[in-house]
Amino acid sequence: MIKLGVPSKGRLMEKTFQWFDKRGITLTRTGSDREYAGAVEGIDGVSLVLLSAGEVPRELAAGRIHLGVTGTDLIHEKLPLWEQQVEPMAEMGFGHADLIIAVPQAWTDVDLTDDLDAAAAAFRAAHGFRLRIATKYHRLVRDFLRDAGVADYALVDSQGATEGTVANETAEAIADITSSGETLRANHLKILSDGLILASQATLWRSRVADVSEDDRATLGHLLARLDAS
Amino acid sequence: MTQARQRAYALRDHFVAQGAQAVEPPILQPADLLLDLYGEDIRARAYVTTDALRGEQMLRPDFTVPVVQMHMDTGAEPARYTYAGEVFRRQEDDPDRANEYLQVGYEVFDRTDPAAADAEVFALITDATQGLNLRAATGDIGILMAAVDGLDTSDRRKAALRRHIWRPRRFRALLDRFSGRSPVPETRAALLAGNAKTDAPLTGLRSQSEIDARINALHEDAAEPPLSKAQMDCLDALLNVRETLPFALAQMHDLCVDLPAIRAAVKRVDARAEALSARGIDVDALGFEASFGRTSMEYYDGFVFGLYAEGRPDLPPVASGGRYDALTRRLGAGQEIPAVGAVIRPGLLVELEGAP
Repeated sequence: MIKLGVPSKGRLMEKTFQWFDKRGITLTRTGSDREYAGAVEGIDGVSLVLLSAGEVPRELAAGRIHLGVTGTDLIHEKLPLWEQQVEPMAEMGFGHADLIIAVPQAWTDVDLTDDLDAAAAAFRAAHGFRLRIATKYHRLVRDFLRDAGVADYALVDSQGATEGTVANETAEAIADITSSGETLRANHLKILSDGLILASQATLWRSRVADVSEDDRATLGHLLARLDAS
Repeated sequence: MTQARQRAYALRDHFVAQGAQAVEPPILQPADLLLDLYGEDIRARAYVTTDALRGEQMLRPDFTVPVVQMHMDTGAEPARYTYAGEVFRRQEDDPDRANEYLQVGYEVFDRTDPAAADAEVFALITDATQGLNLRAATGDIGILMAAVDGLDTSDRRKAALRRHIWRPRRFRALLDRFSGRSPVPETRAALLAGNAKTDAPLTGLRSQSEIDARINALHEDAAEPPLSKAQMDCLDALLNVRETLPFALAQMHDLCVDLPAIRAAVKRVDARAEALSARGIDVDALGFEASFGRTSMEYYDGFVFGLYAEGRPDLPPVASGGRYDALTRRLGAGQEIPAVGAVIRPGLLVELEGAP
């Protein structure tokens, strides 16, 4: 049986269901609203696993699901050397979100990572601690800033309401996912011109490590042909 | 006991016999000090754990920092220390690299004769790894620092360059900008022309006066003449010095004519060459690279060296070390002492010795 992992709630689930529906595969949640069980129609040999989008990378890497839908951002953040563990099969055209670095709009002197680096050096000298960047994407942000040659910053963990950390003075800048930029503007933040870390969208991934039987292999081939055709 | 561990303790005992005091810093180190010294980069390399009482702790990524700390707190000088034990390094990009391995170290805190101390450490380490066909690479971060300090430009630009000596790409980008080789970014030009206005309220801890100070600094920097082509050429020539030590010294002495600021640092390399020679090192065959050590940890600020297994480019250096005077200043609360040290990886020694 091929196990397909899909986000268990919200717009991401609805859009995923629609995407498969267009390809003649009907995914449904069964039972009550609170029960995470699902059914697949339109193809044999595939079962639906509903889980949080954040758990999909781990489940793919562990081989407990064969296919999974989640954002590029979560795969890149949670799976080091992700290419060896999962393979992108299809970009699904929704769930677009950019991981960016943003600073207060009032920082007229900062527009590039180069400026951020200089501001961080001066900030550290003035305040006695490193310029704090709030994020939940530690690995991606750290790798990006290392490549960009930014020093004298510290990442502080923020699992939600990250845009508010600057006004609350628990961080000086943020690195977060944004789709429209509205929340950033409402919090008087702006995106650095060269501060795009990753452009993410919902993507169908295949686990490279999950066990597949002969039957599974046939099902997988059949399924992927259906997805490719449309 | 594994072979590597036996080897580690034997090396430590050997260093004790040479007059070093054996020390044993805790495996768990407070994370804040290491984070303050190295920033986020250390998080990518070290394991961080927490407990509710002591906060963030790190599994020691190396011994140097705790040994320096211990010496600055309680040590009498001069002092020589040795240690043997595990260090822990996260390996997110290469699953084949060990994330836990043994290190044996030898560290010298002695202000009488730095060149002799450099030579003492290098000679002891090469002696302990004899018979393995290791290639030695040496360098001196102090020369590049002196060259930056001697540039004919503003203190602010020198400080920016010094800050990024350990990030070669960023360093190069700064040089390109300061010499006018790369154009002024559009938004920077707009800011300098007074066209970067906003009516957004200021949020956060960074104050308007800090923003204004940086804008002033950018105005002053824009008025600064570019680094001359002659100086840039000298700096490039210096960065490209890669020879056996006598030839490297000859090249650097020639460069002193145009970069007189490096003279004192080059003389220190002269003195070190003599001291190495006095210790029986064949300096005529010893490699010297002016850029060596720029991608290692930020604390080395003088002599640097590494010993590499010939024909095994897949292996990290079998031994490495250098001088870290500035680190003693950072951790010394007003005190400082010239210090130099090195580590050997006994696991690699055993592996290489066992190879056919």
